[in-house]
This record gives sequence, C-alpha cells and structure tokens, in this order.
Amino acid sequence: MSDATIWFVIIVLGIGTFLIRFSFLGALGNRPLPPVVLRLLRYTPVAVLPALVAPLVVWPQATGGETDPARLSAAIVTVLVGVVARSMMAAIAAGAITLVGMLQFLG
Amino acid sequence: MAPPIPHRPEIAPDAPSAARKPVDPRSTRQIFTAGLIQAAPLMLVIVPFAMLFGVVGSDAGLSLAQIMGFSTLVLAGASQFTAVQLINDNVPLVLIFISALAVNLRMAMYSASLVPWYGQAGLRDRALMSFLLVDQTYVLGLAFSEANPDTTLRQRLAYFHGTALPICLGWVVFTYVGVAVGNLIPESWPLDFALPITFLAMIAPMLRTSAHRLAALTAVVVALLLVWMPSGLGLLIASGAGMAVGAWVETRAERSHAVRSEAGT
Repeated sequence: MSDATIWFVIIVLGIGTFLIRFSFLGALGNRPLPPVVLRLLRYTPVAVLPALVAPLVVWPQATGGETDPARLSAAIVTVLVGVVARSMMAAIAAGAITLVGMLQFLG
Repeated sequence: MAPPIPHRPEIAPDAPSAARKPVDPRSTRQIFTAGLIQAAPLMLVIVPFAMLFGVVGSDAGLSLAQIMGFSTLVLAGASQFTAVQLINDNVPLVLIFISALAVNLRMAMYSASLVPWYGQAGLRDRALMSFLLVDQTYVLGLAFSEANPDTTLRQRLAYFHGTALPICLGWVVFTYVGVAVGNLIPESWPLDFALPITFLAMIAPMLRTSAHRLAALTAVVVALLLVWMPSGLGLLIASGAGMAVGAWVETRAERSHAVRSEAGT
C-alpha cells in the first residue's frame, strides 16, 4: 500500500471515528430525552463493557482460545472485589494479584 | 391522581434539573486533579497496548508519522490494530473502513448516554469531548457524574478532561515509545489480561442494583452466544439486550415499590 493510501485510511478512520463519537452528543445537545430512553441509557456502561470483555475472559487469545483457570478466576475476583469494595483500585489490585499468583501456582 | 413515584436513591439519578442547585464545593482544578488521579491506574492497560501499537505499526512498515497519525487522529486502540492488520494484508479499502469503524460503533452508545450529563455544553466542548471519548474516559466520566449529581457542567467537564489527560496523551506518548525503543515489557508478563481486568474493575463498582447486575449478566451471556458474528455486531446486540433487561428490571422494581406504597406497607 502506498504512503498516500495509508494516510487516506488514517484520515477516513479519524473522521469516521470522530463522527461516531460525536453522533448523539453533537446532534442531541441540550434536547431532553424521553424517560424510557434515559432509562435504557442508564445501563449503557454496565452492558457494553462486560459484553466487550466476556469473550476475552472466557476464550483468551494468549492461550489460543483455551479457557484458562488463572484468567477466569482473576476476572471473577476482580468483579467480586469491585462490587463489594466499590473501588476500581482495589478491584484492579485483587485481579492482578490473583492472575499472577494463579499463573505461578499453576505454571 | 397517580401517587408520586417514591424516591429511590439506589437508582442512578437522571441528569440534574435546573431546579436542583449544584452544591459541590470543589474547584474545577481540584476536580480535574481527582480525575487525573483516578485515571492513573488505567495506565496499566494504556502503556503496554500503546507500545504494542508502535511495534506492530513499525513491523507493518508504517512510518513514524503514520503511526503517530493513527494514535492522535483515530485515538481508538482496537480499531487501530484492526486497520494496521488489514493494511498489512492488503485488504480492499472499503473493507478496512467497515471493519475498523464497526469496532468503534459502541462509541455511539457512549455518546448517547453522555447526553443527559454533558448535553448542555457548548458545541466546541462537546466536540472536544467526543474527540477524547474512549472506553476509559467514558466510564470514569459517567461514573463521576452519577456519583456526584450535584456538580456543575463545568465541574463534570473538568473531571472528564482530568481523566483524558493521562489516558489520551498517554496513548500518544507511549505509541511513540513503542516505535522508538520497541516493547519494553517482557513477553512473559500476562499483559493480554490488563484490558479485561481494568475494564471489569471500572464496571464492578457500578453494579449497585439488581437491574445493573442483570443488565451486565445478560450482556455477557448474549455476547458469548454471538461471538461468531462479525466484530462489533455481536457486541451491539449483546449491549442492547443488556440495556433492555436493565431498564425492564428497573421498571418492574419501581412498579412493585409503588404498589406496596399504595397498599400502605
């Protein structure tokens, strides 16, 4: 691929990604949303991010897609600690320690 | 006349109404710093992936300027990796655009869910915020707004930009480090899992109600069932299913609550 084509890809993806991000924030602005939409939108982060990571947790690329007890338990510990302690920091620390510990232990 | 819906503090409040006076006493500078500090642990995922992008881009034969162009103009990890991979495979341009942008479609949902909190901002603020909208800045910004509904728009923007500074600038800077010096992180480190751990850690504290938990559970199950779909599509369906279940559980909880209040218990 020529240099110019690669720059073309970068610019199109830059503009396209920006338009996706700007879509609703840009078009709706200050307009009030119907209550039912607000109610749905409240669950955006807790639906999108878990859906995004679920396949990575269950079928990690690092093990060639094989379910890995160390990674699976690290994910479960991260969620449990995060829910109970309500702290992102505590959840990251607990998940990382579980992952490293389990990999050592099983390794 | 219908009885007024009882106050349910465990449900995330809607965007502040004009009637509610913001009372958060912190200065915008303090709030900016708080955002910066709270985003700092997420460098655990930004640093290795940014360096990896620098390495992958170099290996694919991209120039330094092109690699930096990707990280500053596109500023979206997964779609950058997709694009470089497809450039390397000499795939037709249209397919590159579709595949790389499909990965980013979830950000339209992020954009919509920020409207109640940031919609009053001026066009330029909304544009800047959209440019800096990545998974991490989104979740932290929204979680801060929900936890601090008594903040002003200026305070919420300050927090968002506080998180964007390490996340977005870090992405650019460590992309450069990856190009300049290669991947500094030993391959034996299980950094593939930094992304799942940090994303789950961001979300777990938000699972306050059964509606939130069932929304997440539904999204996970549907995402696993639809993993065979082209990238991005299964995620959108799974997210939509999760959101619908969350809203449905919330409605049911509110109704049974109202019925019980009416019955006088």
